[in-house]
Amino acid sequence: MANKVADSISREEYFYGHKACAGCGGSLAVRAALKVLGKNAVSVLPAGCMSAVGFNFPQLCFSNNSIISTFAGTASMLTGIEAGLRAKGYKDFTAVGFAGDGGTADIGIQALSGAIDRNDNIIYICYDNEAYMNTGIQKSGLTPFGARTTTTPAGANVHGNIRPKKNMFEIVAAHGIPYAATASVGYIGDFIAKVQKASQIQGTKYIHVIAPCPTGWGVAVDETVEIAKEVVDSGLWYLAEYENGEYRLTHRPKEFTSAEAYLKRQGRFRHLTEDDIKVITDSRDEKWKFIEKNFIV
Amino acid sequence: MKKFLSGNEAFAEGIRLARPEVISAYPITPQTIVVERLSEMVENGSLKSEYVHVESEHSALSCAMGASATGARAFTATSSQGLLYMAECLYYAAGGRFPIVMMNADRSTALPWNIYGDQRDSLSQLDSGWIQSYAENAQEALDLALMSYRIAEDKRVSTPYMANLDGFVLTHTYEKVDIPTEEEADRFLPAYETDNRIDFDNPKNMAFSAGPDTNFIFKYKAHEGILAAKEVIKETENEFEAIFGRRYSGLIENYLTDDADYIIVTLGSIAGLCRKTADRLREQGIRAGVVRIRYMRPFPNEEIAEALSRVKAYAVLEKDISFGNEGTVFTNVNSAVKKENGKAEGYNFIGGLGGRNISASDIENIFKSIIKGTDRVNFIGIGDGNNG
Amino acid sequence: MKPYIREKKVFGFDDVPENTCFEAGYLVTVNSGWRSIRPVVHTEKCVGCEQCYLYCPDGVISIQNGKAVIDYDFCKGCGICVKICRPGAIETEAERK
Repeated sequence: MANKVADSISREEYFYGHKACAGCGGSLAVRAALKVLGKNAVSVLPAGCMSAVGFNFPQLCFSNNSIISTFAGTASMLTGIEAGLRAKGYKDFTAVGFAGDGGTADIGIQALSGAIDRNDNIIYICYDNEAYMNTGIQKSGLTPFGARTTTTPAGANVHGNIRPKKNMFEIVAAHGIPYAATASVGYIGDFIAKVQKASQIQGTKYIHVIAPCPTGWGVAVDETVEIAKEVVDSGLWYLAEYENGEYRLTHRPKEFTSAEAYLKRQGRFRHLTEDDIKVITDSRDEKWKFIEKNFIV
Repeated sequence: MKKFLSGNEAFAEGIRLARPEVISAYPITPQTIVVERLSEMVENGSLKSEYVHVESEHSALSCAMGASATGARAFTATSSQGLLYMAECLYYAAGGRFPIVMMNADRSTALPWNIYGDQRDSLSQLDSGWIQSYAENAQEALDLALMSYRIAEDKRVSTPYMANLDGFVLTHTYEKVDIPTEEEADRFLPAYETDNRIDFDNPKNMAFSAGPDTNFIFKYKAHEGILAAKEVIKETENEFEAIFGRRYSGLIENYLTDDADYIIVTLGSIAGLCRKTADRLREQGIRAGVVRIRYMRPFPNEEIAEALSRVKAYAVLEKDISFGNEGTVFTNVNSAVKKENGKAEGYNFIGGLGGRNISASDIENIFKSIIKGTDRVNFIGIGDGNNG
Repeated sequence: MKPYIREKKVFGFDDVPENTCFEAGYLVTVNSGWRSIRPVVHTEKCVGCEQCYLYCPDGVISIQNGKAVIDYDFCKGCGICVKICRPGAIETEAERK
């Protein structure tokens, strides 16, 4: 039996022997993307989970050229690498960055915006585990409403994080980026296809992939892929692309699965009341009204 | 070819001749002329370089590091607030052993806000692991732009290089400058060759973590690298003289120090006024001399101790202060003297902060004060009878 | 070539490189000690659909002769492969030393 997705990517492993938690969604995202981009990928990773688990001299877990950037500097280091390789006459390479949600939406957003503004020929992949996981589960700009983190504890007064996720996909689209996409490690074939597509486009490309963290989300280590599917199936994360000025939905759930079930199976949301859950489903429904009106569905 | 250029323009000419493959540019007064001139050179084709308009100083140095990690020669420039904004990257580049050259226009740091020249910005980053030079005039600035890459990229050194020019006083003043030919420059400065780079045939993992077992060893080797620059600077200046005919004096420049009783030690363009003052005092029978420190890192301990070994007293004149203690240059010089059991009385004179003028009579008063004896740490124009 | 375990594992003063730049894919430790349970492929049930290969976060599953094969040096025992296998060809067993 042939698996078209498996046959479309390298059989080689470029990210191996790392010390990520068992069941780490982020490592799945990085592994899959590098199998698409191959041995001439040059990866840049800022401070965060993936660099922390992959680059501890002498345990160096990337078999392609890879480098750690400063926390804020993923996109700017990518810019420099791409400019340097081009100046030296290299043509067959892909400069790709793998930054977490904190390294993208918070501290890294300035450099990312600059790179898009310059239309530097790079792929920027945000693996979103929805908090500063590497430092012990603190809230980031991409932590969803209601999530318990170590800096947004859920107690009698405040039920966890009170701010919604920053919409990075639409922020980069508003720059007029050549290509942006949302993805999930729960739909790995879709993510792989988007990385493949990005690798064929000139200019700056951004892919935002939901990558659950069992440790931080409070699920069992074997539930990563399931829950990464469920966040999409329940409509709380949409799979879409932005290209040539147009938003296009790439996956449309016929009917949403239960948002409450998705939330309640995670330790970080178990404290939510019915009212909290209604806030979440209402905002989901608002968002989907926007999608119906503005995206090609 | 001789041209009438400002310090900034001269430095830009030197960088053009050095052929950086990637330039990351972010403007800040009083460095802006450098990045402007370089963009003009790229536009008119006299400089072939990837010119990147970065969106902050942190990105400027981060981009330069990315370029250096591909084996490309990289350049950027900054000043003051920008230098501090990229401070994280200073340590990163030094630890990564990326031989980037960066021009820093020495300027005061906020607060209060001030765009004029003093040396607090670069001197506050002496510990970051960069080679630091301080130019006195535009010709030296151009020449250092060329020499900097030769020194930084030497395999014994492999350390980034910060070339400091006094803000406004040097960056914006004009003098006649000799611009070497491209042929001469290419003879002097070969292309950048390194193993510290991305390699598609032998892939690398770079800028990694190192735990307690090995981290200390990496840092020790970085320290050895910057110390190796002492020898490489001397060799480079010899080769520079052979090709361009201009002789430089190594880590420090001595003026009438052999028989001096009283010496001012200083950095940068104020040295000229100090030498004129020394000349005038010599006419009055006072054996005055001047030591101009050209390199603050690697620090010329032996050379300074030697130059000050015969004097009765010396004064370190500097445009910075390490709050809660004294001037940083004095701390370094005093230590150098004492390490060799020097007997001279050492004094610190802090002035010029925020671009405040230091006059010829201020400098004469420094000599007169150390002849008489004075406080260990002095502030020019405050509490010295010349308040305000 | 994927990262692999090397002979030389301890780095003294002369072995530490001058720069923070070293050979890619250099490994000195395995991850097998992380497991409390291990996934076992029952090859007679395995249909070679490659889902486990695609979804393994550590990349330790490869397809050889149409069947899933697990590299137990680097499997952490997360169990994602067990969950994702539709024919139920992968089962968990207690980790044995």
